[in-house]
Amino acid sequence: MSTLTRVSRRRFLQLTGLTATGLVLGAVMPRNRALAGILDEAAGAQLNLFVSVTADGSVEIIAHRSEMGTGIRTSLPQVVADEMEADWHRVKVIQAHADARYGSQNTDGSRSVRDFYHIMRQMGATARALLEQAAALTWQVPVEECTARNHAVYHSGGGSLGFGELAARAAELPVPAPESLRLKDSADFRYIGQSVPIVDLRDMTTGNTTYGIDVHLPGMLYASIERTPWLQGRIASYDSSAALKVKGVLDVVELVAVAGAPGFNPIEGVAVIATNNHSALKGRVALKVNWRKSEHSDHDSGAYLDELAARVEGGTGEVRRQRGDVDAALASAASVVEATYRTPYLAHASMEPPVATARVTDERCEIWACTQTPQATQRAVAEALELDVAAVTVHVTLLGGGFGRKSKPDFSVEAARLASHVGKPVQVVWSREDDIRHDYFHACSAQHFKGALDDTGKVTAWLAREASPPIGSTFDTSVRRNGSGGLSQGFANVPFAVPNLRVESHEAPGHVRIGWLRSVYNIPYAFGVGSFVDELAHAAGVDPAEFWLQLIGEDRFLDFSADGFEYSNYGRDIAEYPFATARTKNVIRELVGSIPWGEKLPPGQGWGLSVVNSFLSDVAVASKVEVRDGRLRVLELHGVIDAGRVVNPDRVHAQMEGGMIFGLSLALNGEITFAGGEAAQSNFHDYPIARMDQVPAVIRSHIVASDAAPTGVGEPPTPPTAPAIANAVFAATGRRIRELPLGKHFSV
Amino acid sequence: MKLTINGTTTELDTEPDMPLLWALRDFLGLRGTKYGCGKGLCGACTVHLDGQPRRSCQLTVADAASGEITTIEGLSGDGSHPLQQAWRDFNVPQCGYCQSGQLMSASALLASNPAPSDAEINTAMAGNLCRCGTYPRIRAAIRSVAADAASGAGASAAEDGA
Ligand code: FES
Ligand code: FES
Repeated sequence: MSTLTRVSRRRFLQLTGLTATGLVLGAVMPRNRALAGILDEAAGAQLNLFVSVTADGSVEIIAHRSEMGTGIRTSLPQVVADEMEADWHRVKVIQAHADARYGSQNTDGSRSVRDFYHIMRQMGATARALLEQAAALTWQVPVEECTARNHAVYHSGGGSLGFGELAARAAELPVPAPESLRLKDSADFRYIGQSVPIVDLRDMTTGNTTYGIDVHLPGMLYASIERTPWLQGRIASYDSSAALKVKGVLDVVELVAVAGAPGFNPIEGVAVIATNNHSALKGRVALKVNWRKSEHSDHDSGAYLDELAARVEGGTGEVRRQRGDVDAALASAASVVEATYRTPYLAHASMEPPVATARVTDERCEIWACTQTPQATQRAVAEALELDVAAVTVHVTLLGGGFGRKSKPDFSVEAARLASHVGKPVQVVWSREDDIRHDYFHACSAQHFKGALDDTGKVTAWLAREASPPIGSTFDTSVRRNGSGGLSQGFANVPFAVPNLRVESHEAPGHVRIGWLRSVYNIPYAFGVGSFVDELAHAAGVDPAEFWLQLIGEDRFLDFSADGFEYSNYGRDIAEYPFATARTKNVIRELVGSIPWGEKLPPGQGWGLSVVNSFLSDVAVASKVEVRDGRLRVLELHGVIDAGRVVNPDRVHAQMEGGMIFGLSLALNGEITFAGGEAAQSNFHDYPIARMDQVPAVIRSHIVASDAAPTGVGEPPTPPTAPAIANAVFAATGRRIRELPLGKHFSV
Repeated sequence: MKLTINGTTTELDTEPDMPLLWALRDFLGLRGTKYGCGKGLCGACTVHLDGQPRRSCQLTVADAASGEITTIEGLSGDGSHPLQQAWRDFNVPQCGYCQSGQLMSASALLASNPAPSDAEINTAMAGNLCRCGTYPRIRAAIRSVAADAASGAGASAAEDGA
C-alpha cells in the first residue's frame, strides 16, 4: 500500500494509535511526483501526515484546510511548529491535496482551529519526540537527556544536532503512542498566541499568488457557460452557429444536468470553449439558447416573502422548543410587544468567482480549484467521470474568498466534464454575472415574535416563529422546513431566562438553490432576535445593554433538551463545549465598558448593540450611526469576541474587522430578488458590497483573554452586526426598521 | 500590436477589442492583475496607464498600446514599494485577491497626491472592492506611507534650509 511508502514494516505494525478524529499519528502520505502540478509537494523525510524535514533542515508542514482569507494556512502550521520546536523562519507550508487521510478538509463552519488545534499539537509533539529519539540513538544516550529547542535537539551534557541532520533517522523510527506524547506547557508557547504574519503575505502584495483563476496548464482552454436562469430549467434548443464563428471559439458543448435535487451538481447549460477568456465570453453573447421552464420559473421573491410573513403571523407552526405556557402568559401580560422581520436572499460574491481547471488523461483526472472542500470535489468529480476516487487528484489553490460558496464542488465537476469531452485541459471561469445569478443563495426569512412584559418590565413570555427555505431543500426537494441544525443557529437556542417560551417553524419550500453564507442562518435569526430584544428593551424602558443582561439572566449552562429542543451545538458535545451564559454576558459587559455607551449624542445619532453565540463563540457588536436628511452613515463599529484560546490574535482581529464589515455590507446593501424565477441582480452595480467610503472610520475589536478550548472565529463576528446597526438607527431616529437591507429605507 | 508593459515592449497578436485584462492574463502570463467583475465595478483589475489608474477590463489592448502600462508585477519589481511594505506592516490582506488592484489604486493616488486626507483616500479607493473587508487596514497603510512621505519631505526641507 503506497500510503506507507517510507514506513518500515516494524513501524507499520506500530501504527495503532488513533487520535480522536481517526488520524493516524505516524501515517505518511504517498509521493505523487509524476503528477506534481503548479503547487509545491513536500520533499523531505516524512515524520507523519503533516510534517517532513529535509536534509538541509527545512521543516515542511502540511496545510490541509483551504486558505480563503482567515489565515488558516498559517495558523494551524503555526501550532505544529510551536509544538515540535521548529523555527518558523525555516518552515515551509505545503498545501495538501484532497485526501481522506487528513481527516476533514471541509473548510467551513468556523472549525479549522476548533477541530484541529489539538491534533496539530499532537502532530507537532510526535515529530518532536521522533527527532529527540533520533538524537538519543545517534549519541547513544537516554532520550530523557535530549531536548528539542528551536530547530535542534540538545543534549543535557552539551552538543546539539539540527533537525535536518536528524530527519532521515527520525523518519525510520517507531511512532510514539499518543498517550506517551508530552505536550508543551502553554507558558512555553513560542508561536501559539502570537500574531505570526501569514505565509502568503509577501506574494499577496506582489501579485505572485496562485488562486483558482491563475492556474495555467499547457494547452489549456477556457470555458464560459450559459446556464438556465431557473432552478431545474432545461435546455429546449440552442443555436451555436454564431458563437462558433467568434475568433478563438473552438467548441460549444451541452452540459446536461443530472436528474433530481440540485445538490452539488452543475446547473444545466451550454459551454463555449475557447482559447482565451475574451473569446469564450464573446462566444457566449453570440450563443442563442431557449430554455424549458420548470415549476420554479414563476418564483417571485417579494410575493414569497409576503407568503412567509403571512404564515408566521397567521398561526402556530411546528413547535420546536417549549417551556411554560406562552399563551397564558401573553393573555395575562401587562403589555405585549409583537413584530415581524424580513431578511432577503443574499449572494456570496467572493471577489474571485468560482473557477476550476481540469485535466483528464488515461483514466485519471486532476483538478486545480479554489475549493473549500477538496474531498467532496474529489468524490463529485469521480462520480461524474465514473472514476475511482483514488484516480482523482485535487490540488487546492488559494481562494479569493469563499464564504461557503466554494464548499460546493459543482464548478469542478463542470471543468472535469468539459475536459473529458474535449480531451484537453479546461478552465471553467464563472463570470461575475454567473456567480450572482446562479449562486447557492443564502436563505431569505420571515420571523414573527411576541413578547410579554409584566408591570416591572420583565419578560414573562417569548414566542418566536420563523419560515425560511431550508438548505436541506437543495439536497432533497421534499424538505420544506428548517431542521434543528438550522434552528440551532440563533433562533431556538436563545439563552433567555424567560419562564414561558415557545419556538416554532413554518414551511418554506425551496425555489432556488439554497446554500450557506458566512454564519448561515445566524444572519437572519440574529437580525430578528437582536432587533426584537431591543424592541422589548425600549418597551420596558430599560437600557438595552442592561436589558440583554437581565434577559439572559443568571450564570448557568444551558440545557435546551429540557425544553424539548434538540440543540446541535455545531456538532460538538455540549458537555465538552457548554453554552455558558456567563461568557455571553461577559462580552456584552466588556463591549459596553470599552465604548461611551449611554453617552448623550446629538440628534440624529445613536448607539445600538447586539450579541450572538454562534459557532461556540460569543460576539457582541456595537454600532454608532448618524441619520441625516435620509442618509444613514455608520460612524463606528466595535466588537468583542470570546473564542477561547486564540492561536493568531492578529488574524482574529482581521476576522472581526472583516466579519463586521461583511455584516455591515449585508445590512446596508445585501439583497437578491427573484422575478419570473430569475435573479434580478447580476453584478456589483445592482448587488453592491460595502465600499471603503461606507466603512466607518472607527472599527475596533477586542479579544477576551481565555485559555478555554478554541471556538469559531471566521463567522461569529458577522451576525450581531446588522441588528446592532438597525438598533442604532432606532436610537438615532425612533424608526424601527424590520426589513433588510437598510438601503431600502435610507440612502447609504 | 506593441504593448509596453512594466518597461518591456511586447508584440501581441490579438484582436484590438480584447480587454487588456485578458491580454495580460491569458496571453502574457501576467496574472497578478485580477478579474472581479469585467464591468469596471470592482477595481480588481486596476493597472496604471501612463501613471493613471485604469480598469484593465475596460481598456482595450488598442487603447493600451498608446502608453506605458504598469501592472502589480512592475509596481516595484521586488515588492519594495513603500505601499507594498506598508501592506505587510499592517498585515492588510485576508484572501488577498483584491490587493493587487488596491495597491495599484493606492500607488496612483499617492503619486498624484502624496498626503491625501481620509476623505480623499475614501474617494480614490471607493472603486476597489474588498469582500473580506480589509478597508480599515488599507486606509491605515496608505495613511502611514503618506505620513512617512510628509515627514521625509519635512526632513529634507529642513536640510535644505540648514
Ligand atoms: S474586473 Fe475590472 S473593474 Fe472589476
Ligand atoms: S482581501 Fe479578500 S477581497 Fe480583499
